[in-house]
Amino acid sequence: MPPNLHEILGLLPQATLETIYMTFASTFLACLLGLPLGIYLFVTSPAGLRPQSAVYNILSRLVNLFRSFPFIILMILLMPLSRLLIHTSIGPAAVVIPLSIGAAPFVARVVEAALEEVDKGCLLAAQAIGSTDWQIVRKVLLPEALPALVSGLALTIITIIGYTAMAGAIGGGGLGDLAIRFGYYRFRQDITLAAVVVILTLVELVQLGGTLLSRGLLNKR
Amino acid sequence: MLRLEKISKKYANLQAVDKISLDVPPGSIFGIIGRSGAGKSTLLRLMNLLEKPDSGAMYLGERRVDTLSGRELLLERRKMGMIFQNFNLFSSRNVADNVSYPLEIAGLPRRQIDLRVGELLELTQISDKRRARLRELSGGQKQRVAIARALAAEPQILFCDEATSALDPQTTRSILSLIKNLQKFLQITVVVVTHQMEVIRAICEQVAVLEAGHLAESGAAKTVFAKPKSSAAKELLHAA
Repeated sequence: MPPNLHEILGLLPQATLETIYMTFASTFLACLLGLPLGIYLFVTSPAGLRPQSAVYNILSRLVNLFRSFPFIILMILLMPLSRLLIHTSIGPAAVVIPLSIGAAPFVARVVEAALEEVDKGCLLAAQAIGSTDWQIVRKVLLPEALPALVSGLALTIITIIGYTAMAGAIGGGGLGDLAIRFGYYRFRQDITLAAVVVILTLVELVQLGGTLLSRGLLNKR
Repeated sequence: MLRLEKISKKYANLQAVDKISLDVPPGSIFGIIGRSGAGKSTLLRLMNLLEKPDSGAMYLGERRVDTLSGRELLLERRKMGMIFQNFNLFSSRNVADNVSYPLEIAGLPRRQIDLRVGELLELTQISDKRRARLRELSGGQKQRVAIARALAAEPQILFCDEATSALDPQTTRSILSLIKNLQKFLQITVVVVTHQMEVIRAICEQVAVLEAGHLAESGAAKTVFAKPKSSAAKELLHAA
Protein backbone atom coordinates (compact mmCIF):
# COMPACT_ATOMS: atom_id res chain seq x y z
CA MET A 1 0.00 0.00 0.00
CA PRO A 2 1.44 3.43 -0.95
CA PRO A 3 2.30 5.49 2.16
CA ASN A 4 -0.12 8.35 1.47
CA LEU A 5 -3.06 5.96 1.01
CA HIS A 6 -2.13 4.36 4.30
CA GLU A 7 -2.14 7.81 5.93
CA ILE A 8 -5.49 8.77 4.42
CA LEU A 9 -7.10 5.53 5.56
CA GLY A 10 -5.82 6.28 9.02
CA LEU A 11 -7.33 9.77 9.11
CA LEU A 12 -10.66 9.24 7.35
CA PRO A 13 -12.64 6.96 9.73
CA GLN A 14 -12.30 9.26 12.72
CA ALA A 15 -13.19 12.36 10.66
CA THR A 16 -16.13 10.56 9.03
CA LEU A 17 -17.51 9.48 12.40
CA GLU A 18 -17.20 13.04 13.67
CA THR A 19 -19.07 14.37 10.64
CA ILE A 20 -21.82 11.79 11.09
CA TYR A 21 -22.08 12.58 14.78
CA MET A 22 -22.25 16.35 14.16
CA THR A 23 -24.79 15.89 11.37
CA PHE A 24 -27.20 13.69 13.28
CA ALA A 25 -26.95 15.46 16.62
CA SER A 26 -27.49 18.82 14.88
CA THR A 27 -30.34 17.48 12.74
CA PHE A 28 -32.07 16.13 15.83
CA LEU A 29 -31.76 19.40 17.74
CA ALA A 30 -32.59 21.52 14.68
CA CYS A 31 -35.79 19.51 14.20
CA LEU A 32 -36.63 19.85 17.87
CA LEU A 33 -36.54 23.62 17.42
CA GLY A 34 -37.64 23.86 13.80
CA LEU A 35 -40.61 21.48 13.73
CA PRO A 36 -42.76 23.39 16.27
CA LEU A 37 -41.67 26.67 14.70
CA GLY A 38 -42.64 25.43 11.23
CA ILE A 39 -46.02 24.19 12.48
CA TYR A 40 -46.62 27.50 14.20
CA LEU A 41 -45.66 29.42 11.04
CA PHE A 42 -48.15 27.38 9.01
CA VAL A 43 -50.95 27.68 11.55
CA THR A 44 -50.62 31.48 11.75
CA SER A 45 -49.99 31.99 8.01
CA PRO A 46 -52.68 33.70 5.90
CA ALA A 47 -53.85 30.32 4.54
CA GLY A 48 -53.42 28.54 7.87
CA LEU A 49 -55.81 27.24 10.51
CA ARG A 50 -55.69 30.40 12.58
CA PRO A 51 -54.29 33.29 10.54
CA GLN A 52 -52.54 35.91 12.66
CA SER A 53 -50.78 38.24 10.29
CA ALA A 54 -48.82 40.21 12.91
CA VAL A 55 -47.35 37.11 14.60
CA TYR A 56 -46.71 35.45 11.26
CA ASN A 57 -44.94 38.45 9.75
CA ILE A 58 -42.62 38.92 12.72
CA LEU A 59 -41.71 35.22 12.90
CA SER A 60 -41.32 34.98 9.16
CA ARG A 61 -38.94 37.98 9.08
CA LEU A 62 -36.89 36.51 11.94
CA VAL A 63 -36.60 33.19 10.11
CA ASN A 64 -35.51 34.98 6.94
CA LEU A 65 -32.97 37.04 8.85
CA PHE A 66 -31.38 33.92 10.36
CA ARG A 67 -31.40 32.14 7.04
CA SER A 68 -29.76 34.98 5.12
CA PHE A 69 -27.00 35.27 7.72
CA PRO A 70 -23.70 33.88 6.34
CA PHE A 71 -23.48 30.60 8.18
CA ILE A 72 -19.82 30.77 9.09
CA ILE A 73 -20.34 34.16 10.77
CA LEU A 74 -23.43 32.91 12.60
CA MET A 75 -21.32 30.07 13.98
CA ILE A 76 -18.65 32.46 15.24
CA LEU A 77 -21.32 34.62 16.85
CA LEU A 78 -22.92 31.61 18.54
CA MET A 79 -19.65 30.18 19.88
CA PRO A 80 -20.03 31.89 23.28
CA LEU A 81 -23.27 29.95 23.66
CA SER A 82 -21.37 26.67 23.26
CA ARG A 83 -18.86 27.81 25.86
CA LEU A 84 -21.74 28.61 28.20
CA LEU A 85 -23.59 25.32 27.64
CA ILE A 86 -20.84 22.74 27.34
CA HIS A 87 -17.78 24.73 28.48
CA THR A 88 -15.82 24.47 25.26
CA SER A 89 -15.99 26.06 21.83
CA ILE A 90 -13.78 23.51 20.10
CA GLY A 91 -14.57 20.04 18.81
CA PRO A 92 -17.58 18.31 17.25
CA ALA A 93 -19.81 18.62 20.34
CA ALA A 94 -19.20 22.38 20.54
CA VAL A 95 -20.26 23.09 16.95
CA VAL A 96 -23.47 21.06 17.32
CA ILE A 97 -25.03 24.00 19.15
CA PRO A 98 -24.45 26.70 16.49
CA LEU A 99 -25.23 24.12 13.80
CA SER A 100 -28.62 23.30 15.34
CA ILE A 101 -29.56 26.92 15.85
CA GLY A 102 -28.34 27.84 12.38
CA ALA A 103 -30.31 25.01 10.75
CA ALA A 104 -33.53 25.41 12.81
CA PRO A 105 -34.95 28.26 10.65
CA PHE A 106 -34.21 26.15 7.58
CA VAL A 107 -36.14 23.25 9.12
CA ALA A 108 -39.00 25.61 9.99
CA ARG A 109 -39.32 26.67 6.34
CA VAL A 110 -39.10 23.09 5.11
CA VAL A 111 -41.86 22.07 7.55
CA GLU A 112 -44.01 25.07 6.61
CA ALA A 113 -43.65 24.24 2.91
CA ALA A 114 -44.53 20.58 3.52
CA LEU A 115 -47.66 21.52 5.48
CA GLU A 116 -48.74 23.99 2.79
CA GLU A 117 -48.87 21.07 0.36
CA VAL A 118 -51.61 19.36 2.38
CA ASP A 119 -54.96 19.49 0.61
CA LYS A 120 -56.94 22.40 2.05
CA GLY A 121 -60.13 20.36 1.64
CA CYS A 122 -58.86 17.86 4.22
CA LEU A 123 -58.34 20.65 6.71
CA LEU A 124 -61.80 22.05 5.97
CA ALA A 125 -63.32 18.61 6.56
CA ALA A 126 -61.42 18.21 9.84
CA GLN A 127 -62.63 21.64 10.95
CA ALA A 128 -66.22 20.90 9.97
CA ILE A 129 -66.06 17.67 12.00
CA GLY A 130 -65.29 19.80 15.07
CA SER A 131 -61.59 19.04 15.58
CA THR A 132 -59.50 21.24 17.84
CA ASP A 133 -56.49 22.89 16.19
CA TRP A 134 -54.20 20.49 18.02
CA GLN A 135 -56.19 17.47 16.78
CA ILE A 136 -55.94 18.78 13.22
CA VAL A 137 -52.17 19.22 13.53
CA ARG A 138 -51.57 15.83 15.10
CA LYS A 139 -54.13 13.65 13.35
CA VAL A 140 -54.47 15.28 9.92
CA LEU A 141 -51.77 17.80 9.06
CA LEU A 142 -48.67 15.85 10.10
CA PRO A 143 -49.80 12.41 8.82
CA GLU A 144 -50.94 13.92 5.49
CA ALA A 145 -47.64 15.78 5.12
CA LEU A 146 -45.45 12.86 6.23
CA PRO A 147 -43.96 11.95 2.80
CA ALA A 148 -43.07 15.62 2.19
CA LEU A 149 -41.68 15.90 5.72
CA VAL A 150 -39.45 12.88 5.12
CA SER A 151 -38.10 14.44 1.90
CA GLY A 152 -37.59 17.65 3.83
CA LEU A 153 -35.69 15.77 6.52
CA ALA A 154 -33.32 14.34 3.89
CA LEU A 155 -32.81 17.85 2.50
CA THR A 156 -32.10 19.13 6.01
CA ILE A 157 -29.54 16.40 6.70
CA ILE A 158 -27.79 17.17 3.41
CA THR A 159 -27.70 20.89 4.19
CA ILE A 160 -26.30 20.16 7.64
CA ILE A 161 -23.59 17.91 6.15
CA GLY A 162 -22.56 20.99 4.16
CA TYR A 163 -22.62 23.13 7.30
CA THR A 164 -20.46 20.63 9.24
CA ALA A 165 -17.80 20.95 6.54
CA MET A 166 -17.79 24.69 7.16
CA ALA A 167 -17.67 24.11 10.90
CA GLY A 168 -14.29 22.50 10.25
CA ALA A 169 -12.93 25.98 9.59
CA ILE A 170 -13.52 27.01 13.19
CA GLY A 171 -12.19 23.89 14.82
CA GLY A 172 -15.25 21.70 14.61
CA GLY A 173 -13.52 18.52 13.53
CA GLY A 174 -14.85 16.12 10.94
CA LEU A 175 -14.20 15.87 7.21
CA GLY A 176 -14.25 19.64 6.61
CA ASP A 177 -11.58 20.08 9.26
CA LEU A 178 -9.50 17.34 7.63
CA ALA A 179 -9.76 18.99 4.22
CA ILE A 180 -8.77 22.38 5.59
CA ARG A 181 -5.96 21.35 7.95
CA PHE A 182 -4.32 18.77 5.70
CA GLY A 183 -5.59 19.52 2.21
CA TYR A 184 -5.52 23.30 2.27
CA TYR A 185 -2.84 24.30 4.80
CA ARG A 186 -0.44 21.47 3.84
CA PHE A 187 -1.22 21.34 0.12
CA ARG A 188 -2.40 17.72 0.33
CA GLN A 189 -4.93 17.61 -2.51
CA ASP A 190 -5.21 13.84 -2.13
CA ILE A 191 -6.65 14.27 1.36
CA THR A 192 -9.07 16.96 0.19
CA LEU A 193 -10.17 14.62 -2.58
CA ALA A 194 -10.68 11.75 -0.14
CA ALA A 195 -12.74 13.98 2.17
CA VAL A 196 -14.86 15.17 -0.77
CA VAL A 197 -15.51 11.59 -1.90
CA VAL A 198 -16.72 10.60 1.57
CA ILE A 199 -18.94 13.70 1.88
CA LEU A 200 -20.49 13.10 -1.55
CA THR A 201 -21.11 9.47 -0.63
CA LEU A 202 -22.85 10.50 2.59
CA VAL A 203 -25.01 13.01 0.70
CA GLU A 204 -25.95 10.44 -1.93
CA LEU A 205 -26.87 7.85 0.71
CA VAL A 206 -29.08 10.30 2.61
CA GLN A 207 -30.75 11.46 -0.61
CA LEU A 208 -31.38 7.88 -1.70
CA GLY A 209 -32.73 6.89 1.72
CA GLY A 210 -35.01 9.93 1.84
CA THR A 211 -36.36 9.35 -1.65
CA LEU A 212 -37.02 5.65 -1.05
CA LEU A 213 -38.71 6.22 2.31
CA SER A 214 -40.85 9.07 1.02
CA ARG A 215 -41.87 7.07 -2.05
CA GLY A 216 -42.63 4.06 0.14
CA LEU A 217 -44.93 6.15 2.30
CA LEU A 218 -46.76 7.49 -0.74
CA ASN A 219 -47.16 4.00 -2.18
CA LYS A 220 -48.86 2.82 1.00
CA ARG A 221 -51.72 5.26 0.40
CA MET B 1 -84.44 22.69 13.02
CA LEU B 2 -82.07 25.29 11.64
CA ARG B 3 -83.28 28.86 11.49
CA LEU B 4 -81.47 31.83 9.97
CA GLU B 5 -82.60 35.37 10.71
CA LYS B 6 -81.27 38.12 8.45
CA ILE B 7 -77.80 36.62 8.21
CA SER B 8 -75.21 38.79 6.42
CA LYS B 9 -71.57 38.29 5.61
CA LYS B 10 -69.23 40.61 3.78
CA TYR B 11 -65.73 39.92 2.42
CA ALA B 12 -63.74 43.06 1.62
CA ASN B 13 -66.04 44.75 -0.91
CA LEU B 14 -68.23 41.76 -1.65
CA GLN B 15 -71.55 41.31 0.12
CA ALA B 16 -71.40 37.50 -0.13
CA VAL B 17 -74.57 36.87 1.89
CA ASP B 18 -77.16 39.62 2.25
CA LYS B 19 -79.83 39.44 4.99
CA ILE B 20 -80.87 35.86 4.33
CA SER B 21 -83.61 34.35 6.44
CA LEU B 22 -84.35 30.65 6.13
CA ASP B 23 -86.16 28.03 8.11
CA VAL B 24 -84.99 24.48 7.52
CA PRO B 25 -87.67 22.18 8.92
CA PRO B 26 -86.53 19.08 10.86
CA GLY B 27 -86.47 15.76 9.03
CA SER B 28 -86.52 17.20 5.55
CA ILE B 29 -84.20 17.57 2.61
CA PHE B 30 -83.68 21.26 1.99
CA GLY B 31 -82.07 22.49 -1.22
CA ILE B 32 -80.10 25.66 -1.78
CA ILE B 33 -79.50 26.45 -5.41
CA GLY B 34 -77.82 29.27 -7.27
CA ARG B 35 -75.23 29.94 -9.92
CA SER B 36 -71.53 30.14 -9.03
CA GLY B 37 -70.88 33.25 -7.01
CA ALA B 38 -74.46 33.47 -5.75
CA GLY B 39 -73.26 33.00 -2.17
CA LYS B 40 -74.09 29.30 -1.70
CA SER B 41 -70.70 28.29 -0.33
CA THR B 42 -70.54 31.21 2.07
CA LEU B 43 -74.05 30.48 3.28
CA LEU B 44 -73.09 26.87 3.87
CA ARG B 45 -69.94 27.85 5.78
CA LEU B 46 -72.12 30.09 7.95
CA MET B 47 -74.67 27.34 8.50
CA ASN B 48 -72.12 24.77 9.59
CA LEU B 49 -70.42 27.32 11.86
CA LEU B 50 -67.11 27.55 10.01
CA GLU B 51 -67.70 31.29 9.61
CA LYS B 52 -69.33 33.87 11.82
CA PRO B 53 -71.94 36.18 10.31
CA ASP B 54 -71.44 39.96 10.47
CA SER B 55 -75.04 40.36 11.55
CA GLY B 56 -78.19 38.33 12.05
CA ALA B 57 -78.85 35.28 14.18
CA MET B 58 -78.87 31.53 13.72
CA TYR B 59 -80.63 28.89 15.80
CA LEU B 60 -80.13 25.15 15.89
CA GLY B 61 -83.27 23.85 17.52
CA GLU B 62 -83.92 26.37 20.28
CA ARG B 63 -80.29 27.26 20.77
CA ARG B 64 -78.62 30.33 19.30
CA VAL B 65 -75.41 29.04 17.72
CA ASP B 66 -73.84 31.92 15.75
CA THR B 67 -72.47 33.53 18.92
CA LEU B 68 -70.76 30.41 20.28
CA SER B 69 -67.01 30.15 20.59
CA GLY B 70 -64.27 27.83 21.82
CA ARG B 71 -65.25 24.41 23.13
CA GLU B 72 -68.99 25.00 22.75
CA LEU B 73 -68.53 25.86 19.09
CA LEU B 74 -66.58 22.64 18.47
CA LEU B 75 -69.24 20.55 20.23
CA GLU B 76 -71.96 22.18 18.14
CA ARG B 77 -70.00 21.48 14.92
CA ARG B 78 -69.83 17.83 15.92
CA LYS B 79 -73.63 17.72 15.69
CA MET B 80 -73.33 18.56 12.00
CA GLY B 81 -71.93 16.35 9.27
CA MET B 82 -70.65 17.55 5.94
CA ILE B 83 -69.74 16.05 2.59
CA PHE B 84 -67.94 17.82 -0.24
CA GLN B 85 -67.60 17.87 -4.01
CA ASN B 86 -64.01 16.61 -3.79
CA PHE B 87 -64.78 14.19 -0.93
CA ASN B 88 -61.95 15.67 1.19
CA LEU B 89 -61.01 12.32 2.68
CA PHE B 90 -57.72 11.89 4.54
CA SER B 91 -55.30 10.22 2.14
CA SER B 92 -53.03 9.12 5.00
CA ARG B 93 -55.83 6.91 6.35
CA ASN B 94 -57.60 3.92 4.86
CA VAL B 95 -61.38 3.66 4.52
CA ALA B 96 -62.11 2.49 8.07
CA ASP B 97 -59.73 5.04 9.62
CA ASN B 98 -61.36 7.89 7.72
CA VAL B 99 -64.73 6.90 9.13
CA SER B 100 -63.30 6.51 12.62
CA TYR B 101 -61.78 10.02 12.68
CA PRO B 102 -64.81 11.88 14.13
CA LEU B 103 -65.16 9.17 16.77
CA GLU B 104 -61.47 9.40 17.68
CA ILE B 105 -61.60 13.13 18.22
CA ALA B 106 -64.76 12.71 20.29
CA GLY B 107 -62.71 10.37 22.50
CA LEU B 108 -64.64 7.10 22.07
CA PRO B 109 -62.91 3.89 23.17
CA ARG B 110 -61.35 1.83 20.38
CA ARG B 111 -63.72 -1.15 20.68
CA GLN B 112 -66.76 1.07 20.35
CA ILE B 113 -65.19 2.88 17.39
CA ASP B 114 -64.59 -0.37 15.53
CA LEU B 115 -68.18 -1.51 16.04
CA ARG B 116 -69.59 1.84 14.94
CA VAL B 117 -67.34 1.99 11.85
CA GLY B 118 -68.67 -1.43 10.81
CA GLU B 119 -72.27 -0.22 11.16
CA LEU B 120 -71.58 2.97 9.21
CA LEU B 121 -69.90 1.17 6.32
CA GLU B 122 -72.84 -1.23 6.28
CA LEU B 123 -75.21 1.71 6.16
CA THR B 124 -73.47 3.33 3.21
CA GLN B 125 -73.02 -0.06 1.49
CA ILE B 126 -69.24 -0.01 1.29
CA SER B 127 -68.36 -2.66 3.93
CA ASP B 128 -66.36 -4.68 1.41
CA LYS B 129 -63.84 -1.82 1.16
CA ARG B 130 -63.27 -1.51 4.89
CA ARG B 131 -59.51 -2.07 4.71
CA ALA B 132 -59.04 -0.49 1.26
CA ARG B 133 -56.75 2.42 0.49
CA LEU B 134 -58.44 5.50 -0.90
CA ARG B 135 -56.80 5.34 -4.31
CA GLU B 136 -58.41 1.95 -4.88
CA LEU B 137 -61.86 3.58 -4.77
CA SER B 138 -63.99 5.18 -7.48
CA GLY B 139 -65.53 8.63 -6.98
CA GLY B 140 -68.87 7.17 -5.95
CA GLN B 141 -67.21 4.82 -3.45
CA LYS B 142 -65.22 7.73 -2.00
CA GLN B 143 -68.41 9.71 -1.52
CA ARG B 144 -69.94 6.74 0.31
CA VAL B 145 -66.95 6.71 2.64
CA ALA B 146 -67.31 10.48 3.11
CA ILE B 147 -70.99 10.04 3.96
CA ALA B 148 -70.11 7.34 6.50
CA ARG B 149 -67.54 9.70 8.04
CA ALA B 150 -70.03 12.59 8.09
CA LEU B 151 -72.62 10.46 9.87
CA ALA B 152 -70.17 8.86 12.32
CA ALA B 153 -70.82 11.21 15.23
CA GLU B 154 -74.61 10.88 14.77
CA PRO B 155 -75.20 14.45 13.56
CA GLN B 156 -78.64 16.02 13.47
CA ILE B 157 -77.90 17.72 10.17
CA LEU B 158 -76.02 16.60 7.08
CA PHE B 159 -74.71 19.31 4.76
CA CYS B 160 -73.94 18.35 1.18
CA ASP B 161 -71.74 20.86 -0.65
CA GLU B 162 -72.03 20.10 -4.38
CA ALA B 163 -71.65 16.49 -3.28
CA THR B 164 -72.51 15.01 -6.67
CA SER B 165 -70.99 17.64 -8.95
CA ALA B 166 -67.83 15.59 -9.57
CA LEU B 167 -69.73 12.37 -10.29
CA ASP B 168 -71.18 10.91 -13.49
CA PRO B 169 -74.99 10.87 -13.89
CA GLN B 170 -75.43 7.24 -12.89
CA THR B 171 -73.26 7.55 -9.77
CA THR B 172 -75.01 10.84 -8.95
CA ARG B 173 -78.34 9.00 -8.93
CA SER B 174 -77.07 6.24 -6.66
CA ILE B 175 -75.53 8.74 -4.20
CA LEU B 176 -78.70 10.85 -4.18
CA SER B 177 -80.87 7.83 -3.47
CA LEU B 178 -78.50 6.80 -0.70
CA ILE B 179 -78.80 10.27 0.88
CA LYS B 180 -82.56 10.12 0.57
CA ASN B 181 -82.77 6.67 2.18
CA LEU B 182 -80.39 7.63 4.98
CA GLN B 183 -82.42 10.75 5.71
CA LYS B 184 -85.56 8.66 6.16
CA PHE B 185 -83.86 5.87 8.05
CA LEU B 186 -81.92 8.09 10.47
CA GLN B 187 -84.55 10.84 10.68
CA ILE B 188 -81.97 13.55 10.12
CA THR B 189 -82.19 16.88 8.35
CA VAL B 190 -80.27 17.27 5.10
CA VAL B 191 -79.21 20.55 3.50
CA VAL B 192 -78.11 20.20 -0.11
CA VAL B 193 -76.18 22.98 -1.82
CA THR B 194 -75.90 22.64 -5.56
CA HIS B 195 -75.98 24.37 -8.92
CA GLN B 196 -77.66 21.35 -10.51
CA MET B 197 -81.42 21.62 -10.88
CA GLU B 198 -81.77 17.85 -11.29
CA VAL B 199 -80.34 17.29 -7.79
CA ILE B 200 -83.02 19.50 -6.26
CA ARG B 201 -85.67 17.82 -8.38
CA ALA B 202 -84.51 14.35 -7.33
CA ILE B 203 -84.46 14.70 -3.56
CA CYS B 204 -85.48 18.10 -2.16
CA GLU B 205 -88.82 18.92 -0.61
CA GLN B 206 -88.05 22.59 -0.17
CA VAL B 207 -85.73 24.88 -2.03
CA ALA B 208 -84.17 28.30 -1.61
CA VAL B 209 -82.91 30.11 -4.70
CA LEU B 210 -79.95 32.44 -4.18
CA GLU B 211 -78.89 35.26 -6.41
CA ALA B 212 -76.02 37.69 -5.79
CA GLY B 213 -76.00 37.01 -2.06
CA HIS B 214 -79.69 37.39 -1.38
CA LEU B 215 -82.66 35.06 -1.31
CA ALA B 216 -84.45 35.31 -4.67
CA GLU B 217 -87.27 32.99 -3.65
CA SER B 218 -87.99 29.93 -1.55
CA GLY B 219 -90.75 27.43 -1.00
CA ALA B 220 -91.83 23.88 -1.79
CA ALA B 221 -89.63 22.54 -4.58
CA LYS B 222 -92.67 21.56 -6.65
CA THR B 223 -94.14 25.04 -6.49
CA VAL B 224 -90.88 26.75 -7.37
CA PHE B 225 -90.46 24.45 -10.34
CA ALA B 226 -94.04 24.83 -11.54
CA LYS B 227 -94.31 28.58 -11.08
CA PRO B 228 -90.92 30.22 -10.69
CA LYS B 229 -91.35 33.85 -9.66
CA SER B 230 -87.80 35.20 -9.61
CA SER B 231 -85.67 35.67 -12.68
CA ALA B 232 -82.92 33.60 -11.01
CA ALA B 233 -85.22 30.58 -10.64
CA LYS B 234 -86.48 30.96 -14.22
CA GLU B 235 -82.95 31.10 -15.51
CA LEU B 236 -81.89 27.99 -13.58
CA LEU B 237 -84.96 26.11 -14.86
CA HIS B 238 -84.28 27.25 -18.36
CA ALA B 239 -80.68 26.11 -18.20
CA ALA B 240 -81.73 22.66 -16.97
